[in-house]
Amino acid sequence: MNDMQFLTWVRGTGLDIAVSIFVLGVLWRLFEIYSLGRKADISAARSVSGASGWHTIFRRSVPPEGMLKRSPVSYIGGYIFHIGLAIVVFLFAPHILLIKNLTGLSWPGLPSQFIDLAAVVTMAAMVVVLVDRINKPVKRYLSTFGDWFAWTLTFLPVLTGWMAVQHLVLPYTTMLALHILTVELLLIFLPFTKLFHAFTVFGSRWYIGKINGHKGVAV
Amino acid sequence: MQGPLIDSLARQGVTRRTFMKYCATLASMMALPPAAGRAMAEAMAAAPAATKRPSVIWLPFQECTGCTESITRSHSPTLEGLIFDAISLDYQETLMAAAGHQAEEALHAAMKENDGKYLLIVDGSIPLGLDGAYSCIAGKSNLETLKEVAKGAFAIVAMGSCAAFGGIPKANPNPTGAVSVSDIIKDKPIINIPGCPPIPVVMTGVLAHFLTFGSLPEMDNKGRPKAFYGETIHDRCYRRPFYDQGKFAKTFDDEGARNGWCLFELGCKGPVTYNACATVKWNGGTSWPVESGHGCLGCSEPDFWDAGGFYKALSMPADPLKFVSTAAVVGAVAGVAVSFANRGKKGAAKSAHETTTLADLEK
Repeated sequence: MNDMQFLTWVRGTGLDIAVSIFVLGVLWRLFEIYSLGRKADISAARSVSGASGWHTIFRRSVPPEGMLKRSPVSYIGGYIFHIGLAIVVFLFAPHILLIKNLTGLSWPGLPSQFIDLAAVVTMAAMVVVLVDRINKPVKRYLSTFGDWFAWTLTFLPVLTGWMAVQHLVLPYTTMLALHILTVELLLIFLPFTKLFHAFTVFGSRWYIGKINGHKGVAV
Repeated sequence: MQGPLIDSLARQGVTRRTFMKYCATLASMMALPPAAGRAMAEAMAAAPAATKRPSVIWLPFQECTGCTESITRSHSPTLEGLIFDAISLDYQETLMAAAGHQAEEALHAAMKENDGKYLLIVDGSIPLGLDGAYSCIAGKSNLETLKEVAKGAFAIVAMGSCAAFGGIPKANPNPTGAVSVSDIIKDKPIINIPGCPPIPVVMTGVLAHFLTFGSLPEMDNKGRPKAFYGETIHDRCYRRPFYDQGKFAKTFDDEGARNGWCLFELGCKGPVTYNACATVKWNGGTSWPVESGHGCLGCSEPDFWDAGGFYKALSMPADPLKFVSTAAVVGAVAGVAVSFANRGKKGAAKSAHETTTLADLEK
């Protein structure tokens, strides 16, 4: 298989497989998670201002008092790489074109030099949070294979995409194919790893906020 | 500098200075040191001492003659065409006056006289299906001819995408079982000059290199001369700034197209195509596909015909939603099944639950 055949495969059959597993996995997991349910709380609800599902959805996007100082790397690094990923994924012209082709939706992109910068900053932030995870004994102790795996799955598409644009190490064709392949791996594993938080984060926050709100606790 | 070539050029109104300039340009195009221009000029000027001209045998196989057209017609009578004065083209079916057994005799005489020294140029792919019966010359299959002629060649030039990679004859479903030269010949230096057709100056550049240094120029991992195939069309494209700014033509006649914006969305394969079109251009530097308003087809890359559609942007997948509805149904069914299983588990746990009484605690 030469590099062009490799690229054609990842754009064709490879993507068919990845997208199918992704859709299958996402639906499976969503059905499974949301059908679990909870026992009805029959105690009388307490009413405290600021305690509800919606409050929690927003509040958890902001560091609680003092936490930013105690754990700056997690918060700042986390913010940077999440926003950076969003910029790179959704505002790079070829990516928008892909989304348009799949869904019909499109929007203006950013200049590729800016995307390039965003990709570098994103990767730097990801490396910093990884080093932090390795250096802090508690974080390291709490980390499982799933954490390292999820980090790798997220990092590789950014790295290969950036390397393809920059023409580093391998010819562009091979690098582009590798980029698409790593995105396919991400798609395949996303529903079955902690990366599924992309779908559940706001739902679970709402759930927690609602339960605590019922008890009169604003968290 | 004197020599038969200089005289013959002078007769055609080409001055020595023009010839030197041409050699210098050729040398710089191939990223050779400045002195190489003069070396090239001297080698070529000296070469055509009648008997000493290097013998070149050109074999046509499963091809459309587009490569020959590209070399001869589009550039005649420019200097590229005149380079042929420096070689002895002993066999070329399209160009030679001889036909039939006379042509065959010329081929065999050239092979015999220049054994181990001649340059073999091949255009067209080689069909392996039906024992090679899809393409025969003088009662021999292309496969037989290639093996026979390649044996005594100093080096082989696979001219055009068909000879280099199989090209259009090899396109899915490849009815004739077409393969490239390098699929068959393993023991000779082969240089690929892909393109459909290739750029004439690339061909003459390689020939000039061969005449000057007696060797083939540096090649990339696909056997192409690095000097011409070192960079992608996209990286050298004059429309590249529009790509970086995110300005794309959406159709072939919209405002973007009229403003000369990037053709990426219209399926341009420039980003994955290594060739010199963007710098050397075609028809004596007149224009090239992207300049004429059409995206690059990627014709100098292997299997360009089957690379997912000419008008589909590179970022667009071939058909990603092929199995999505099936996958969605299977996923939903799996999810529902798992939730029922979970409910069953919960129910079982509930019914198996034993309540703790005061008496239990005091035991």
